[in-house]
Amino acid sequence: MKIVVCIKQVPDTTEVRLDPKTNTLIRDGVPSIINPDDKAGVEAALQLKEKVEGSTVTVISMGPPQADVALREALAMGCDEGILVSDRAFGGADTWATSHTIAAALKKLEYDVIITGRQAIDGDTAQVGPQIAETLGLPQVSYAEAIDVEGDKLIVTRQYEDRKHIIEVATPCLITALSELAEPRYMSVRGIMDSYREKEVKLFTLEEIKDTVDMSDIGLKGSCTRVKQSFTKQAKGAGEKIVDGSVDEKVAAIIAKLQEKYII
Amino acid sequence: MVEFKLSKEQLLAKEMFSKFAENEIKPIAREMDETEEFSMDLIAKLQKYGMFGIPYAKEIGGSGADVLTYALCIEEISKRDASTGITLSVHTSLCCGSLDFGTDEQKEKYLRPLVDGRKVGCFGLTEPGAGTDAGGVQTSAVKDGDNYILNGSKVFTTNSGFADTFIIFAITDRTLGTKGMSAFIVEKGTPGLTVGNNIPRMGIRAASNCEVAIQNVVVPAANLVGGKEGTGYKIAMTALAGGRIGVGAQSVGIAQGAIDETLKYIKERKQFGKTIGSFQNTQFKMAELQTKVDAARLMVWRAAVAKDNHENYAPLAAMCKLYASEVANDVTRACVQLMGGYGFSREYPVERMHRDAKITEIYEGTSEAMKMIISGSMKVGR
Repeated sequence: MKIVVCIKQVPDTTEVRLDPKTNTLIRDGVPSIINPDDKAGVEAALQLKEKVEGSTVTVISMGPPQADVALREALAMGCDEGILVSDRAFGGADTWATSHTIAAALKKLEYDVIITGRQAIDGDTAQVGPQIAETLGLPQVSYAEAIDVEGDKLIVTRQYEDRKHIIEVATPCLITALSELAEPRYMSVRGIMDSYREKEVKLFTLEEIKDTVDMSDIGLKGSCTRVKQSFTKQAKGAGEKIVDGSVDEKVAAIIAKLQEKYII
Repeated sequence: MVEFKLSKEQLLAKEMFSKFAENEIKPIAREMDETEEFSMDLIAKLQKYGMFGIPYAKEIGGSGADVLTYALCIEEISKRDASTGITLSVHTSLCCGSLDFGTDEQKEKYLRPLVDGRKVGCFGLTEPGAGTDAGGVQTSAVKDGDNYILNGSKVFTTNSGFADTFIIFAITDRTLGTKGMSAFIVEKGTPGLTVGNNIPRMGIRAASNCEVAIQNVVVPAANLVGGKEGTGYKIAMTALAGGRIGVGAQSVGIAQGAIDETLKYIKERKQFGKTIGSFQNTQFKMAELQTKVDAARLMVWRAAVAKDNHENYAPLAAMCKLYASEVANDVTRACVQLMGGYGFSREYPVERMHRDAKITEIYEGTSEAMKMIISGSMKVGR
């Protein structure tokens, strides 16, 4: 089975700081990590590889040259090959342009299964995975919390808020991973040495994918959406505590409040 | 000097060691200290990720990294727990370090499983009557056909409680002094090899430091390290020289770990209406402590790189251990003081770090023994 995992390098903080002038993320001084959902996808891919003999795991990331280290980390965990999709022409991409660019790179690869994370902690859109599937015309299962192999089909457990679906899907397909899908292993020391010395991260620039992508679908110009304004969220006001009265009185007070706000 | 930076591999490895220590060691360090018992689950995890064979070539089953990466590992691990640091260090530098002198057959049979994560090793040199004066070893080995018969006792043998492979130093010819000492590979469970109780200690309480009784232990002559009698003292001294890089790195880890804990505390703790970190006394003290730790770390790295480059690293290793162990003691004492009553409380880890620091001035050569080595390399007494 040929498995490709798409990963994104994200800042390691929930406190994303923004440049007030450009409305873009300030990445300087913030340590970078593999996006947690994507890392669960890497682990799930490695577990599939261990289950199905002869499998390979390729890991791919679109980003600036520094994203190389995220790919090395995935290689050090046990992935076989890395691909860095990087070119100034890809910069400023929204999810549309990003998914078209990554799909163009994926068209250059062989795959049975593509795994992406559900969403990235810096953008939270959850769009890129499904958009890649649409662009490539692949069946997709999002919100995966378990993946099993049955012959040439995958059995994927898809999580909803209140229920689960067990979905059988033919390959090739795309799956978006929840962080609950698999607890990522650490890099091994030997894996780290091999990631730089024995394994390769191939660079895909515009030159490598120009025949599989429409130039109007990449970069800032290919982006359908523009960020109009970014700002750090203000903390909500203090809540209201209902302290006095019996339990019944407190419940009645809460119900009255909810009705007043037309919530119930 | 060309560059003053870690390589990409070393940086990534350091990050991995740090995360591993944070997630896998920090949560259990206090409990291991209080129960005086090392976690076998932790050993298995360290083995799984290749931390028991860092500076060994892949061809012999190791992780294929270098001595500097090994030092980074010991530091990151010791930031969270010094007992785990010494467990790794004794296994790697002392046990595997002794087997560097082994024959090819011995390396294949004994070194490979130690560095590929299947087995744990220990190193039995110190005896009740032979500490700094290692030449005073009394344990004897008498040739008997294709075997040697070993008799004697070892003490403070780190890792002995759970080790599979013991390196035991014994006298094969008492007339030759240190040239009459030989090293033997003894497997756990060999009749007559008895590991006693863990010796109660002030610090590194989770580590295993037991007495080892050796009564008529029959060891095949094939297990004489290197196949030659009389090389034991040299093997022990060389392994210990490497071990001092490990203890130096452990000392730096203990000290940096204490600074990291203290830094968090002084930013939150308020007295006289301000955080104690806003007082100049605290700021200046912290600056002094971090400067000492950085100096010690650079000395450890220098010794590690010298060993990687096959230079004469022994005096550099002695210097890094002498200085780093002193720094670990000074820094942890100061950190307990900065944190006041809470620093003294077992709710915070700095008191443990303070207790753990003391041994670094004692084992694998006392600070006084380090001064003998350093002044010897300067030819002061000649």
